[in-house]
Amino acid sequence: MSILVFAEHDNNELKADTLKTVAAAQAIGGDIHLLVAGANCASVAEQAAKVNGVSKVLVADNAAYEHQLAENISLLVTELAADYEHIIATALTTGKNFMPRVAALLDVAQISDIIGVESADTFVRPIYAGNAIATVQSLDSKKVITVRSTGFDAVATDGNAEVVNIDKATDAGTSSHVSDELTVSERPDLGAASVVISGGRGMQNGDNFKLLEGIADKLGAAIGASRAAVDAGFVANDMQVGQTGKIVAPDLYIAVGISGAIQHLAGMKDSKVIVAINKDAEAPIFQVADYGIVGDLFDVLPELEAKL
Amino acid sequence: MKVLVPIKRVIDYNVKVRVKADNTNVDLANVKMAINPFCEIAVEEAVRLKEAGTATEVIAVSIGDKACQEQLRTALALGADRAIQIETDQNLDSLNVAKLLQKVVEEEQPQLVILGKQSIDSDNNQTGQMLAALTGLAQGTFASEVKVDGDKVNVTREVDGGLQTVALNLPAIVTTDLRLNEPRYASLPNIMKAKRKPLDVKAAADFGIDLSPRSTLLKVTPPSERQAGIVVETVDELVEKLKNEAKVIS
Repeated sequence: MSILVFAEHDNNELKADTLKTVAAAQAIGGDIHLLVAGANCASVAEQAAKVNGVSKVLVADNAAYEHQLAENISLLVTELAADYEHIIATALTTGKNFMPRVAALLDVAQISDIIGVESADTFVRPIYAGNAIATVQSLDSKKVITVRSTGFDAVATDGNAEVVNIDKATDAGTSSHVSDELTVSERPDLGAASVVISGGRGMQNGDNFKLLEGIADKLGAAIGASRAAVDAGFVANDMQVGQTGKIVAPDLYIAVGISGAIQHLAGMKDSKVIVAINKDAEAPIFQVADYGIVGDLFDVLPELEAKL
Repeated sequence: MKVLVPIKRVIDYNVKVRVKADNTNVDLANVKMAINPFCEIAVEEAVRLKEAGTATEVIAVSIGDKACQEQLRTALALGADRAIQIETDQNLDSLNVAKLLQKVVEEEQPQLVILGKQSIDSDNNQTGQMLAALTGLAQGTFASEVKVDGDKVNVTREVDGGLQTVALNLPAIVTTDLRLNEPRYASLPNIMKAKRKPLDVKAAADFGIDLSPRSTLLKVTPPSERQAGIVVETVDELVEKLKNEAKVIS
């Protein structure tokens, strides 16, 4: 049995989530190949070759794949899929974007966002914002799967896989890239950080998020936000943690001024340790927090920063 | 241009679902149902395109039993011109939904199809992309801005690191993210008017598509519950606990 895993990257660096997706592939079992599709992505291919458990790295280096447009990538992956029983990608924006196209082109269903592997055809995935956990058996001959990386532990990177260049240029010609407006931050990625500190509506405005920055700097933390804070315009949407935002599971999650709506909990309740700071002692966030402080965040945050 | 908006009837987003005692599924008996929030945003966007003079007709379509007519009426009250119900008692997976929608696209020939990016029940995030693949059209998923420009549409997408803008040839498929717009409330006169707008019912079985399921739901269980922890009185105590008890900071 062979498994094709799509590598998430930005043409420079392999995303750490891919290491967790490879772990999911190992749980399924079989010969694992990693596909690096991009443009001028040789450095990613080098990093991919070191991922443990991978026997071969396929590199499709072509201008058609530079921005990983779903139309072009899905044609490439569908062509390659002939040789594989499982086609797997990380459930991040790239994988979520193109993988259902691959499934439809192969005329199979997609099993989205798996957090567990029961067997080669049976998978575990959250539904209803994580308020129920479904075990699903695929009846299709090929399995197209996206993996929620928080469900798996990353594999190591001291491997040495064979690197094979594949000469493909599947350009659907129906879409083109116009521009990127990416957030530049010195802090770790939300998905990769071992500590996350998030602010909610209780922060009152975007300026007050500065109060989180000092603490984030001391802890090497990423800064997140609840949907309420994003909707109120305090911060950008790429900081949103929750059902429709990012799913995180850091070692330490600090929720500040976040009441704890089920949609937010869906994005962070698998964190190892949760701290809640909220002035409302009845806020549902305290029901999932390991440690809570009932108090005014404007008093607590400066003190916390000073004492770390 | 015509805009097609597929919508889904789902559990109301304020309701906390419970898993059935026999672990076969979640319990939806007597639960409040509503139009999926992302689908509502899709309807709103289509209606705004019509109000701006870009779209000429907005068609809402839903697949399900008779109950989903309620959500189609909601879409009509929000400003859609007519509705199509594809009737089935089956709980279809995304691929079969996309195949039915493909037939509707072939028949109606819309220039733009706007869907919600995911439904809040199955959380799959697939249907729009699958429809795009089956129709061979370009897609702009997780849209926070949609601008029609001649024979193209520019879609700004919410991606992991920020925003990405792509240009798609029309016809095209767009899926909505939360910040695309804020849906209006239907006014009482519009709710009354919606009752008289056309709503066609077609049987899913008449589309000539094999709708057999692609997967089996083996069981549904509640998630492992977190135990509530302790409330500490001071920041000193918190820092001490994080260092020495939880050992997550040093």
